[in-house]
Amino acid sequence: MDKKKLLWKLFISTFYLSMFTFGGGYVIVTLMKKKFVDDYKWISEKEMLNFVAIAQSAPGAIAVNGAIVVGFKLAGFMGVFVSILGTIIPPFIIISLISFAYEAFRDNVWISLMLEGMQAGVGAVVTAVSYEMAKDVVNEKDKTLIIMMVIAFLANAVFNVNVMLIILVSILIGLLQSYLAKREGNEN
Amino acid sequence: MIYLQLFWSFLQVGMFSFGGGYAALPLIESIVVKQHGWLSIAEFTDLITISQMTPGPISVNSATFVGLSIGGFWGAVVATLGNIAPSIVLVTLISWLYMKYNSLDTLQTVLKALRPAVVAMIATAGVTLIVTAFWGEGAIVLSNTNIVAVVLFGLGMFFLLKYNVSPILVMILAGVANVLWAVLSGSV
Repeated sequence: MDKKKLLWKLFISTFYLSMFTFGGGYVIVTLMKKKFVDDYKWISEKEMLNFVAIAQSAPGAIAVNGAIVVGFKLAGFMGVFVSILGTIIPPFIIISLISFAYEAFRDNVWISLMLEGMQAGVGAVVTAVSYEMAKDVVNEKDKTLIIMMVIAFLANAVFNVNVMLIILVSILIGLLQSYLAKREGNEN
Repeated sequence: MIYLQLFWSFLQVGMFSFGGGYAALPLIESIVVKQHGWLSIAEFTDLITISQMTPGPISVNSATFVGLSIGGFWGAVVATLGNIAPSIVLVTLISWLYMKYNSLDTLQTVLKALRPAVVAMIATAGVTLIVTAFWGEGAIVLSNTNIVAVVLFGLGMFFLLKYNVSPILVMILAGVANVLWAVLSGSV
């Protein structure tokens, strides 16, 4: 695909996804996975998970960070520029329009009914994607990974453990594994 | 110089909000409400409500909203730029390092160890969304369950997993179905 076409497609996709990111940064991440991994096959699923880890670990909004990593991977600095524009223009326009009449918007019955229904839809989208991703981790048939996933989920969802702490512990486990593997390699 | 102040304030928000979304709220509040008095507490609460009702990251929404009311269109642009500037620098740098050293064994092992945690975080976001959709802010008991939301969620999951329907279509249809249901059942 030529570069111009790729950049255009990247802009349109990030713009479109950003328009529907109701309910926080992880929603856009799941939508990106559907679009860039499943539909366009531009990125592998594993790489997408690496990108989410980067987006989550860096400061700032996950949606913006996610757009930057994906943009950089696909088209370098121009990709970053284009996907950032795509990501921030929709909320910018929407908030600008709403700020003129935000009390009417906030108290509108039809809008809140629509949003209430969409919330159930968003819940289904994020749950479906997590199910697919969890299935892939299980399919790797690596017990350590499965146990880590269960513990991380319980820690995060049930015990409200800080996400940064979970990421740090995972990084430490990875470093330890890498160190042990190297030591084993040297002994053989 | 109001533009500089807006830029600098939202630069701080972008730089120190780890974990995205709600983690950034106390920081935004302390800068926007307490330090500068750009918004009253009531306006800030409205801003959070509107952010929940519109797509886009809360920090970007806040930057646009506050920027507009303090410095007009260019105020909004400057505040939003300040908000995303740290992400642009940091995440681009991390992405570049990632692409460069991706093949290193150690990095591969660490990223592999991060994958379960990332899936767990996305799944947690799913759980939070479901809880809000089914029970709102109220108690998690059977009598308080939003049955329509449960049905919409179930249908959404079914079409997503079985027929691979577009996630955005699922979200919109769920919203429309909820409005239709309210009209047909006469609750509006």
